[in-house]
Amino acid sequence: MSTEEKKNSQISLDSETLSPSTEKEVSEIVREIYSKKLPIEITGTGTKKVFGYNLQTAKKLSLSQLSGIIDYQKEELYIKVKAGTPIEDIEKILEENNQELAFEPIDFGYMINGQTNKGTIGGYVACNFAGSRRFKVGSVRDHILGFKGVNGKGDIIKSGGTVVKNVTGYDLSKLISGSFGTLVVLTEITLKVSPKKQSQITVIVYSDEIKKISNLFDKILSSSNEVSAATFIPEEPAYKNYEHTKNKIFKFNDLDQEGSFLAFRIEGDRRSIDERLKELKIELDLSNFKSSILDVHQSVPFWKKVNNLELFSGTKNNILRAVMPPAKCETFSKFLNKNYKYYIDWCGSLFWIEVLDKDDEKINKIKNFILENSGYLTILKKSENFDFQDTLFTIDSTRLMISKKIKDSFDPKKIFNPGRMYREL
Amino acid sequence: MTELALPQIDRTTVSKKSLIVSQLKKFTNEENVLSENEEIKPYETDGLAAYKQTPLAVVLPENTKEVSEILKFCNEENIKVIPRGAGTGLSGGALPLQDAILLGLGKFNKILEIDFDNKCVVTQPGVTNLGITHAVQHKGYYYAPDPSSQLACSIGGNVAENSGGVHSLKYGTTTNNILGVEMVMMDGTITRIGGKTLDQEGYDLLGLVCGSEGLLGVITEVTVKILRKPQSVRAALIGFPTVEDGGNCVSDIISSGIVPAGMEMMDKALIDATDKFSKAGYPKDAEVLMIVELDGTKSEVDGLLNKVSEIAKQNNSNSMKLSNNEKERLAFWSGRKAAFPACGAMAPDYYCMDGSIPRGKLSLILKEINQLSKKYNLAVANAFHAGDGNLHPLIMFDGSDKEQLRKTEEFGAEILKACVKHGGALTGEHGVGIEKRELMCEAFNNDDIQQQLNIKKSLDEKNLLNPGKVYPILRKCAEEGRVHVHRGEEKFPDLPRF
Ligand SMILES: Cc1cc2nc3c(=O)[nH]c(=O)nc-3n(C[C@H](O)[C@H](O)[C@H](O)COP(=O)(O)OP(=O)(O)OC[C@H]3O[C@@H](n4cnc5c(N)ncnc54)[C@H](O)[C@@H]3O)c2cc1C
Ligand SMILES: Cc1cc2nc3c(=O)[nH]c(=O)nc-3n(C[C@H](O)[C@H](O)[C@H](O)COP(=O)(O)OP(=O)(O)OC[C@H]3O[C@@H](n4cnc5c(N)ncnc54)[C@H](O)[C@@H]3O)c2cc1C
Repeated sequence: MSTEEKKNSQISLDSETLSPSTEKEVSEIVREIYSKKLPIEITGTGTKKVFGYNLQTAKKLSLSQLSGIIDYQKEELYIKVKAGTPIEDIEKILEENNQELAFEPIDFGYMINGQTNKGTIGGYVACNFAGSRRFKVGSVRDHILGFKGVNGKGDIIKSGGTVVKNVTGYDLSKLISGSFGTLVVLTEITLKVSPKKQSQITVIVYSDEIKKISNLFDKILSSSNEVSAATFIPEEPAYKNYEHTKNKIFKFNDLDQEGSFLAFRIEGDRRSIDERLKELKIELDLSNFKSSILDVHQSVPFWKKVNNLELFSGTKNNILRAVMPPAKCETFSKFLNKNYKYYIDWCGSLFWIEVLDKDDEKINKIKNFILENSGYLTILKKSENFDFQDTLFTIDSTRLMISKKIKDSFDPKKIFNPGRMYREL
Repeated sequence: MTELALPQIDRTTVSKKSLIVSQLKKFTNEENVLSENEEIKPYETDGLAAYKQTPLAVVLPENTKEVSEILKFCNEENIKVIPRGAGTGLSGGALPLQDAILLGLGKFNKILEIDFDNKCVVTQPGVTNLGITHAVQHKGYYYAPDPSSQLACSIGGNVAENSGGVHSLKYGTTTNNILGVEMVMMDGTITRIGGKTLDQEGYDLLGLVCGSEGLLGVITEVTVKILRKPQSVRAALIGFPTVEDGGNCVSDIISSGIVPAGMEMMDKALIDATDKFSKAGYPKDAEVLMIVELDGTKSEVDGLLNKVSEIAKQNNSNSMKLSNNEKERLAFWSGRKAAFPACGAMAPDYYCMDGSIPRGKLSLILKEINQLSKKYNLAVANAFHAGDGNLHPLIMFDGSDKEQLRKTEEFGAEILKACVKHGGALTGEHGVGIEKRELMCEAFNNDDIQQQLNIKKSLDEKNLLNPGKVYPILRKCAEEGRVHVHRGEEKFPDLPRF
């Protein structure tokens, strides 16, 4: 087919990648592929290899043309955007207005190929992976006020709206968050936005002792001093030479001691930061530790590095994401420590773990440990040689059965991202 | 009240009543199955007391296994089931049906685990909202969502309605504060969703179930997040000469970046009403009154309170008090808490509406409500969760006058439609239930509603679990009921109302 022909046939199903530029076109395309029962892969920026199973779909539906801010009401604290809008565009306009997305979007680009790439808001909502502030402000889904999208039959549907208090009908904004594009093609998303805090500092506490670290996490979680992020960055295992080490990535003037460290962030105006710091020093017995403080100029880039998985920049290995009940932090860290390159975010709940190539057995061991300790696991990136099996998922059969029914109610012919989340969906 | 369409009565089920009752007695202790008229009468209505209907029978199971067996049996025998918590719901969600079993969760009244290490509480659904806070407050913790019915309403009901409260502005509603549930599906399948972790693997079923008004499953266990009590709490009581000034002040506070713990507003009618009622010392010259509550560290709260009073002054506030101790703070709230009883004292009946709007439209909607009040010649008083745009207009009328009743219903429906027109929602926290069912088409089109019905069908194929609620039966926008309180017959008169 000539390029000219391709151009004209954007809406017809001839080209391999379909790039609708309106919601109506999305709906027409989906109606067509529904009637032909053609599975498609939904992509945001669409340039990337994907997570989960490799999809064997005939067509790609790219949402990148469906981009732009529809309505930004600064006073009402919401922004309504088309689903293919780059996250960076949203962050830019919010920044100009001294606001932000409180869930701190993660830039997965570093992990993928060593470069920044935040992707589109549709792609991000479809994954529901919140950044470091999660334990304080909730997940991505807690910031979605409403959406529009196209279901697997081509019907344009909506749920929610622009106001925070709304219990009219089922809360589908939650359900579509984290559904990896298997329920609807998102076309429009309304996000809650938050005022930016005036300033921030980060306290670094140096310690290699897992017990002490998990104790600190617990005290931070129990504190009413509103710590907004807390991470533990351990020394890498000694036996392997990693390209990106803790010492290389976290180079800051005031991060001046050797060894593993815990870091936590305090945000607010100067006065409340000082007051909180004073109280936290007592609550956490910081006089028993070596510690230092990153001022706002160091604190901001520090958390970007944590949030954006820069420790795993460009890795060829498997990257695992595990979420544990906070009280399991100590046992799980002990299991990982010195054996794996890993770090902990969400004040002791979220573990990012790198597992070397071809280490299927190790991954299974980790999985079993997580299951025994009531956590769950997502394989974020798999090395090329790794044969990805369902056995890696930690979902139970009853929930999988319910999930299939839900899938069926949105996408009865299973044309959206078949097998992206689970082989059966 | 306007006649309410309910699902068609299944006469076969009704005729088999005694058989069904004896069957139910096999699944649980005999005394847990109620079928005599005087036994089941207390269950004939919920907080929307205008609607009454006795169920076929009431069953009060004691554990999840019993719930599962009962549901499985009902599913096989095509018997409808209505879940019920404490029955404080204001939209008729727990209204029984003549041919349905009412499944009460009252015996699920134990807290199962207090887990300070994981900052959560695992509880049975029949435990009251406040019961959870009581169980953890000795260590300085609390459960954040605080519906004003918290003394009586069950946590299971809170999950089913996604209930909110005064402090939802800062701390979110139920959906933002639960970690997991155990739920029994209509076919008897028991499932656990979430647990003690943040988020969950797979579809966010927790988010779907929260606010599903008992249509998707019976909740038999809830894991809630608990928070540490803030160190310092103070409030400001501020009066404004015009509604616009008050509305603008709300918007300015929010857009200045302050997130108050709560921000409430009441209009002149309610100020007068509550002043007579509670002697709260509210300003007489104010058109609207605002209570702003701030929490955090001590100097932060002091600083924010100063900022709030600055913003109020810029918006022409004509009176201001700042609380200096707990006693003063609670005194500020005392009048606001008397809002509903005060209205009850002013007219034989009142309707409580529950719509929400963008904050910036507060003064606009108040004006419209006042115009409507003139048009219908019915008095109205307004209480707002102003910070999140959730309004509770209270229309006063005399229910014994049929014409007034009809006009009141029209008035209420016009308010809710106006909320939707201004970009808001039909219901902010009380749920759709039977009350706003036929108004759903104001907010959604057929495709939207069909998608929701498809979900319902996928999990409850025969539409047996709480049928006739939330989704329009008539599929035309009939205008019907709001909360109807008649001549002191108000349910739960002792509960504070916000
Ligand atoms: C968990 C995860 C794993 C990743 N793994 C890889 C990887 O292995 N290789 C790589 O190159 N990049 C990967 N990325 C990078 C990622 O694709 C981008 O960085 C970005 O997060 C997603 O934005 P996007 O718009 O490019 O979405 P995409 O990457 O195109 O899509 C992300 C997911 O969202 C769905 N989706 C996208 N838009 C919509 C929409 N409008 N409606 C419904 N569903 C939609 C997709 O089907 C897909 O399941 C990963 C990202 C995440 C969050
Ligand atoms: C005086 C007063 C003040 C109020 N103030 C507020 C307020 O400030 N904020 C607010 O949000 N609400 C308020 N409400 C409304 C009401 O208290 C809430 O909706 C509450 O969550 C209902 O809980 P319940 O246990 O009474 O549920 P019920 O009324 O028994 O049931 C409500 C709905 O939930 C379903 N349900 C109950 N339990 C379960 C279960 N275990 N599994 C599945 N479904 C179930 C029922 O089928 C029904 O649809 C108020 C009510 C009153 C009477």
